[in-house]
Amino acid sequence: MEAPAVATELYVLLSAVLFILGALGVLLRRNAILVFMSVELMLNAANLALVAFARQWGNGGGHLMVFFVMTVAAAEVAVGLALIVAIYRTKKSIDIDLLHRFKD
Amino acid sequence: MFTVPSLSDLNLAATLPATLLALGASVLLVLDLFVPKGRKALTAWLALAVLGVSLIVALLSLGDVVDLGTGEGAFFGLYIADSFTDAVSVIVLVTAMLGVAVAYNYLERTGMQRGEYYVLLLFSALGAMLMGAAGDLVTVFVALELLSIPLYILSGFRWRDEGSEESALKYFILGAFASGFLVYGIALIYGATGTTAFGGIWAATRDLLAADAATKYVLLLGAGMVLAGLGFKVAAVPFHMWTPDVYQGAPTSVVAYMSVAAKVGGFAALVRVLAWGLPDFVLSGQSAAAWQSTVWLIAALTMILGNVVAVAQNNLKRLLAYSSIAHAGYILIAVAAMGTAGVANEAARAVVIYLMAYAFTNVGAFAVIVAVERDDGGHTDIDNVRGLAKEQPVLAASMAVFMLSLAGVPLTAGFVGKWFVFKAGLAADLVPVTVIGVLTSAISAYYYLRVIWFMYFEEGEGKAQIAWPLAWGISVAAIGTLILGFFPYLLSDMARGIALAFGG
Amino acid sequence: MLISRCLFRLEQAELNGFHNKTEILAVLSDFAPIASLFALSVLVGVMILFMSRMLGPFRPTARKLVPYESGMRPYGDAIRRIPVKFYRVAVLFILFDIEVIFFLPWAVVFRDLRLYGLAVMGFFFLVLTVGFVYEWMVGGLEWD
Repeated sequence: MEAPAVATELYVLLSAVLFILGALGVLLRRNAILVFMSVELMLNAANLALVAFARQWGNGGGHLMVFFVMTVAAAEVAVGLALIVAIYRTKKSIDIDLLHRFKD
Repeated sequence: MFTVPSLSDLNLAATLPATLLALGASVLLVLDLFVPKGRKALTAWLALAVLGVSLIVALLSLGDVVDLGTGEGAFFGLYIADSFTDAVSVIVLVTAMLGVAVAYNYLERTGMQRGEYYVLLLFSALGAMLMGAAGDLVTVFVALELLSIPLYILSGFRWRDEGSEESALKYFILGAFASGFLVYGIALIYGATGTTAFGGIWAATRDLLAADAATKYVLLLGAGMVLAGLGFKVAAVPFHMWTPDVYQGAPTSVVAYMSVAAKVGGFAALVRVLAWGLPDFVLSGQSAAAWQSTVWLIAALTMILGNVVAVAQNNLKRLLAYSSIAHAGYILIAVAAMGTAGVANEAARAVVIYLMAYAFTNVGAFAVIVAVERDDGGHTDIDNVRGLAKEQPVLAASMAVFMLSLAGVPLTAGFVGKWFVFKAGLAADLVPVTVIGVLTSAISAYYYLRVIWFMYFEEGEGKAQIAWPLAWGISVAAIGTLILGFFPYLLSDMARGIALAFGG
Repeated sequence: MLISRCLFRLEQAELNGFHNKTEILAVLSDFAPIASLFALSVLVGVMILFMSRMLGPFRPTARKLVPYESGMRPYGDAIRRIPVKFYRVAVLFILFDIEVIFFLPWAVVFRDLRLYGLAVMGFFFLVLTVGFVYEWMVGGLEWD
């Protein structure tokens, strides 16, 4: 049986929805870890779009980019989690609304 | 089915400045583990040596004294080795060397002395260099992250201090948010053109426009998102919100370096993407590139907001943060000018000239704040430089030079930079935004001169702690600012060979 | 009602030039087994919950209401703070774990690339080793 052909547009639509959900999460969430997960959702939405486009074009450029996005995201995770742990140790909270030390 | 590439395809020699820096940074990461705690001066010296060697190679290549490699591409076009790459490398490496000099004493007296500081600085310098060398959107993304991730860590280098941690987390979250936009933009550009290589994008864009396909709007959306991602890095309005908080909270020596390095990297990548990847991306009914009007609008907003808000600032770090937003606006005039056919190369040269002038000036200005700052990170208000001229005449004079240069007074490097940028803006018929640039420069003179006024004409006990590497860094920056101001042809000579637009 | 809305959507999709009706229907019908499995599992799960409550006797005691933990008496909160050491190991693991994906495309064309591919991957591995050596020497892998 041949693999069912799902139109590229549908994948891109899904990735756009995921991207918007991620962006809204970053803007609306207050817990630093959840904000951070929303950022990851944005990156993975882009990955989905890249892979879908790569299949449409039939070349490997999109896959290549996905590999790099994944590894860089892992590096970001490492740094981000370390920062969040450090903040938790000093503030006993990871609510990003508490980050208002500096004002004009 | 798969041909094995040869060494000449990789063209490793052409990437020598970046390769040397990458190897040096990796070796230093391991070597530093064997340097005992009290002797991190050795690590700092080694970092300077690595940067120096790389700088010499880049300078030789820029001056056409030696010809590295064959042709201008390396790694199958992922890396471009032309004179723009060399010029960006030189600016980044000079900034990084000044950054090391500024940091050493500061880290020592604030108890932050760790070898990782220098290694992270080297890696982020490498990222900024690679952004200028990008020939492919993949390179842009990886280089951007290589620039950013060490900067996130460096911002939080004074850990256990709430301000530093807060600035690091803020920078990190907003930075990651921006790279999300960048990656999605890259995905859309790839979707519209089927490639991530600039040459391929350019060719595909021509076909798209010729066929008048609706896909060009996908391309436009993608370009817009890439612009947003890079606009964040260079602190352009409306992506500037992080700048004041991060600059105020992060250790000052880090800010001295990153305020320039992140800007150089961001603008280098913008020039590459817009002038090389999408030079004649024109929508119907327009003569200039489709992104031009957006860019000059952002430039105008950035200059106005940066300069107007800076007037009300009393913290020096915050003041310079808004000033750096304003300067991003000036450079964006030149970036916008690249959208007009025939002006692109001149505008790219103006960007490079401005960044070189800005590097010396801004690192120097922050270095003076490093000297004034107390060990606990306080004492960075404008009141703390009251009467500094009596206590430290040379330091105050250097600060005066930096402030005048930032304001764009003739005979300083800042003036030369502004001159070329405004000239490019006029050549591209962007008269309104250039006029805004001139007017906001006049506003900026107020808050820069106010700092000088406080140092020279107010009574107070401005104090500073200077030791020799810091003094050395400030002197080089001040002398550089003056020399480039007195001999503008040094700058224009450096940028002479830059030609990157396909369209002209 | 629902069906007519679905048809309207398809109409829209057709107007937008996405696809013709049959193609989209074909696409949707590909997902039919998954959708029915999903519906069935939800249904069965809910049914079992309700039936056991309705058919069986229900005499709660304090002992019966505590969460079941393999017969052990539960202690502490379900969300417990874990030592940060676990965190560190997890982060270090993620880093090296993800880097391995670069070996995947290499493994696919391993035979075509021959020595060249081996040399490039060797260099890549060397770079990873630098990070690993740093991590080790700085004490990142020590538990105490």
